[in-house]
Amino acid sequence: MIHVKNLCKSYGAIRAVDDISFDVERGGVVGILGPNGAGKTTTIRILTCYHPATSGSASIGGFDVFKNSIEVRRHIGYLPENTPLYHEARVREYLNFRGKLRGMTYPERVDAIKRVADRCWLSSFVDRPIGQLSKGMRQRVGLADAIMHDPDVLILDEPTIGLDPNQIRETRNLIKELGDRHTVLLSSHILHEVEQTCSRTIIIAMGKIVASGSPEELRAKLGAQGKVIAEIKGEQADVEKGVAGISGVRGVEAHAEDGWVRLTVNPQDGTDVREDIFRLVNDKGWSLREIRHDGGSLEDFFVKVTAEQLGQRAG
Amino acid sequence: MQNVATMAQREISAFFLSPIAYAVNAIFLFAAGLAFALGSFTQGGEASMRGLFDFWIVLILVFVLPMLTMRLMSEELRSGTIETLMTAPISETEVVLGKFLGTLVFFLVQLAALLLYPILMAIYGDLDFGLLVCHWIGLLLLGSLYIAVGLFFSTLTKHQVIAVLGSFALLALMTFASHALALQTEGWVKVVLQQLSIRTHFEDFVRGTLDLNHVVFFVTTTALFLFITVKMLETRRWQ
Repeated sequence: MIHVKNLCKSYGAIRAVDDISFDVERGGVVGILGPNGAGKTTTIRILTCYHPATSGSASIGGFDVFKNSIEVRRHIGYLPENTPLYHEARVREYLNFRGKLRGMTYPERVDAIKRVADRCWLSSFVDRPIGQLSKGMRQRVGLADAIMHDPDVLILDEPTIGLDPNQIRETRNLIKELGDRHTVLLSSHILHEVEQTCSRTIIIAMGKIVASGSPEELRAKLGAQGKVIAEIKGEQADVEKGVAGISGVRGVEAHAEDGWVRLTVNPQDGTDVREDIFRLVNDKGWSLREIRHDGGSLEDFFVKVTAEQLGQRAG
Repeated sequence: MQNVATMAQREISAFFLSPIAYAVNAIFLFAAGLAFALGSFTQGGEASMRGLFDFWIVLILVFVLPMLTMRLMSEELRSGTIETLMTAPISETEVVLGKFLGTLVFFLVQLAALLLYPILMAIYGDLDFGLLVCHWIGLLLLGSLYIAVGLFFSTLTKHQVIAVLGSFALLALMTFASHALALQTEGWVKVVLQQLSIRTHFEDFVRGTLDLNHVVFFVTTTALFLFITVKMLETRRWQ
């Protein structure tokens, strides 16, 4: 559905996007993840035909974003960062205007406005001026606009920024639902969000793709990063020495916390040391209040790959 | 074409929803009313709008129209709605034409209120209808050019104040400065300045001569400003 090949974009001497290539198949939610200033918005603006690329090519639904810009724009729904809207217009007037731009007939617009207002929890606000709405409601107006013409591809730039926790949850659920019908490409700098909503993630830093795959694949790439967390009551030195002595344990970090020793155990690849730790605690007569496996979050991976990228640049 | 109408409609409704447009309209009607009452509507005077149209209406429009046009593009640039607009299936030409026509329609609504004056003239005197028609054609052409210039400046900046000042400056230069300078000079310089002067071209409409030369001047200059506005808007993409 979306093809991006060797895309570059320079602003003067600054390379905002540096040789990015990726493909997105029909359906599902794909996340572009990266720290602020990584090139997410620039990539999205090229895909939505707002900015032309310096070199490389991109197409949506088979239409080139540069040569067939109007066709591409017909097939996408776009929610820019910060949701710009006409504040003096009422929600209904705004959606009606946007529908007309997309070439929808009057009955189509009436139906679509009713449908998206329901979908985005806006039904009781359609006759209010946009300027009077809260930030969260405006975000929903922007989303309603993006989906009203039932586009093949939905492109959302930081869709949950500035929302309160309830609205964030609602918006994420809505995006997941939309993934069933549309191909959704969203950008975010919040890992947790991407982990929750996206079936595939593309991580970019300094304008380059540093990793991509499903959250599980990315986690698998973490490999040995899985850890065991345990809290044991006993003499710290003894506990540390005892656990470090278990076969399959590569390293132990320990610190005391209100009379308990909190351990972070790094096992060797593929070994589960939890049972051994339990046996040890039992034999020594210590107490145990917590033991769990920590699979390693995307956060660790993200910090690792983006730091590598930054390090390479500096070097 | 459908998009031009859609865009024009949005601009018209934006005017009617904006308090600035009403304020500008009030200033326009007050100033025009004052000039008419003192200049044209006098006992024993000529039953035409020449007194108002000769100088005052031109001066008033130099100030009033940039205040209407300043928000056209600047507001889109400032609020970021330019991004949603230019990622919808509409071309730069359609956006510019739509905004231009929308403003022109609002301007015509403003002018419609001035129709009261010829009605008053007709009641108290012997009104020359031919002259009246000629005046209104001139006013329409003058307004179109001023709107095109204002729209151009609005495309240059996201600051409405800069847009309005730029339009004032250029319109004052093109309307009055070149006219005044032409009176001071001789030979070909005088001819060039006269041809560039909006007021010189407008004067014949005031006198009641409908000269194709002047119509062509207004239409082509308006088209030129609209064209460079489209080009400016296209250039923004590359920045």
